[in-house]
Amino acid sequence: MSVSLRVLDDGAWVSVNDAREVSVSELWRLDDPSFCGCELPDFVVENILDVGADGRTISARVYGQCIACGQTGVPGWVPVGRLREGEFVDIDRERVVLPVRRGDDDE
Amino acid sequence: MPTDVERWKSEVYGNEIREHLLEFAEQGWDTIPEDERDAWFERFKWWGLYHQRNGQESYFMMRIGTPNGVLTPGQTEVVAEVADEYARGPAENPIFGNGYVDWTTRQSIQLHWIKLEDIPEIFEKLESVGLSTQQACGDSWRNIVGCPVAGKDKHEHVDALPVAMELNETFKGNDDHSNLPRKWKVSVTGCREGCGQGDINDLALEPATKEIDGEETKGFNIRIGGGLSRNEPRLARDIDVFVTPEQAAEVSGAISALFRENGDRDNRYNARIKFLMDEWGAEKFRNVLQEEFVDFELETAGDDLRSEYSYNSGYADGGHSDHVGIHEQADGNYYVGLDVLVGRMGVDDTKELARVADEYGSGEIRITQRQNVIITDVPEEKLDALQDEDLLDHYSPDPHPFMRGSIACTGTEFCSLSIVETKNRQVRYARWLKENVELPAGVEDFHIHLSGCTASCAQPQIADISLRGMKTRKDGEPVEALDIGLGGGLGENPNFAEWVTQRVPVDEVPGAIKNLLANFEERREGDETFREFVARTDEEDLAELVEPEETSYEDPMMHNTKRTWYPYAEDDSMDASPAPTHGDGTPITSDD
Ligand code: HEM
Ligand code: SF4
Ligand SMILES: [Zn+2]
Repeated sequence: MSVSLRVLDDGAWVSVNDAREVSVSELWRLDDPSFCGCELPDFVVENILDVGADGRTISARVYGQCIACGQTGVPGWVPVGRLREGEFVDIDRERVVLPVRRGDDDE
Repeated sequence: MPTDVERWKSEVYGNEIREHLLEFAEQGWDTIPEDERDAWFERFKWWGLYHQRNGQESYFMMRIGTPNGVLTPGQTEVVAEVADEYARGPAENPIFGNGYVDWTTRQSIQLHWIKLEDIPEIFEKLESVGLSTQQACGDSWRNIVGCPVAGKDKHEHVDALPVAMELNETFKGNDDHSNLPRKWKVSVTGCREGCGQGDINDLALEPATKEIDGEETKGFNIRIGGGLSRNEPRLARDIDVFVTPEQAAEVSGAISALFRENGDRDNRYNARIKFLMDEWGAEKFRNVLQEEFVDFELETAGDDLRSEYSYNSGYADGGHSDHVGIHEQADGNYYVGLDVLVGRMGVDDTKELARVADEYGSGEIRITQRQNVIITDVPEEKLDALQDEDLLDHYSPDPHPFMRGSIACTGTEFCSLSIVETKNRQVRYARWLKENVELPAGVEDFHIHLSGCTASCAQPQIADISLRGMKTRKDGEPVEALDIGLGGGLGENPNFAEWVTQRVPVDEVPGAIKNLLANFEERREGDETFREFVARTDEEDLAELVEPEETSYEDPMMHNTKRTWYPYAEDDSMDASPAPTHGDGTPITSDD
């Protein structure tokens, strides 16, 4: 089943199958030691740049900053949700640690 | 690869969106096929409708474009009536009630909680008095801004109003210019004070004089590529071109065509003309314009008036910094600028404004880029009675500097990009500062601009104190926070604020401003302005002067207001949202 993924309103949303699912302004814990010096960057999402699917995982590339050290920039692909039978299933992005995937093999 | 937005635009865009919009309005919001919603919401922007954020589905923000900020007699009343009837939401704002009008930083009008089903009636009412929402949002010529007292000002260099109006008439609904790579913001200024704020627009026409065939000719110099958004603020750059008022439309059209052909349609983050200007530089820009888009020889720039610019400048150079107060017009009548705190006015007050303008002036209202309104054409003998009106107690021509200097954008109340609550917070800040903080002697202009994110709709980078939405943790809990910038302003030598202190929890910001002002007073030399003080102080020293601190100010909106369906609702949880709703406001249920 095909899924439609896009970034809307100039970086405000991830839309999955024409529903707005992931919004800027959330605070994420990233497992991405290469983003800044912090062990688990405490990352505020300011702009969504790109969205993609890798199997059943929906991931996004986002611009933002670590509120602990102030580093700004774009980490790797951050998982933001999953597909179950073509439906988007949220993960509790503000509570769980999100494993960031580096690399550009998924373009 | 072209973006989704470009693909949608290539299918249906511009004027033709209207018939689809009216048809969906007829059939109801829920008849927009689910898999076409993203595309239609993107297109509706072109007709001034912007879908509100999550939790508020089926409700729209509606923008009405008022070129140069002019509302002709009779229009203000209709705006108030439309807001009264159609801009009421399912929950009340604790400061502004339900039903209000926002006067915006681009001299437009914004209404909220608009239902698609009401659009045909709303358009009919607006259009009956010559108002329109066309191109108020979307990728085209936006509302044209300028000096709001153009044609009335005693000292203006040229009356730019006919030029702004000609541009509006030429480029609204013009198929050749209706699908640009991104928004296109134009400013036309004829006055000596720089009130058009051309420096932060894509295309700026600025007052100038040029000797042509031995004759001193008044007209405009052209600057290109200003804008504040996305951590990439730019001042418009001088392209060394002078135009006469008669050439203004032709050359502006040529520049818009250059943007249409050369702007980046593959990446919306890189699409604004400021990025093309980064890439090309002013000289190449001029060459391409001359060679490919204009049929006659362009004049080089004339003598400008920038050394006299005072608007929003942070300099005490004798000119005005805003339009608040009572000022004589060229015709001997007066204009009376009223301070509207954060630009929001309830519907009853807006009706009063229309009545008062009618009774004492010509009925005309003008909107400024500082979110204020101006009653024009008041004869001298009516000034006293006008000042006795109750309306002027709330919207003062002589407000406290903290009230006068406050600007705030839309924020988490309605806006999808926002990170923090803005308008209500700025009202709370201004009131607390007025009660608790003394300004140094003689400081009458002190601008504090609050934007909920880096899009910078409140123009934070050109204020004495710039506030921008962020997040931080306080006692381990995520809370709304603000970055604090200092010393921005326009004027002869415009510069953007330095962001000296990051991520201050919102309840510590008033304390930070209080301490900063005390430190300024202590170190102030003579009667220098705050901006002058910032300019001569090291960035590191400035950061030390900010000193965030808890005070008696309490902030009820520390939590993630974006996670609510409406921050001020009694039950604010997403699950409690009535949206989406039918035209009559009843929730649309899945078995509908
Ligand atoms: C990509 C998204 C956006 C960007 C980059 C953006 C950027 C800006 C900037 C830079 C300004 C004013 C400065 C100038 O004069 O140039 C502005 C104006 C404004 N924006 Fe935004 N904005 C965005 C979305 C929004 C949204 C979603 C809302 C509200 C729902 C909003 C509300 C406003 C308001 C009220 C103004 C003054 C309005 C006007 O007359 O056009 N903006 N925007
Ligand atoms: S500055 Fe950001 S939060 Fe404020 S209205 Fe603009 S886009 Fe929304
Ligand atoms: Zn002016």
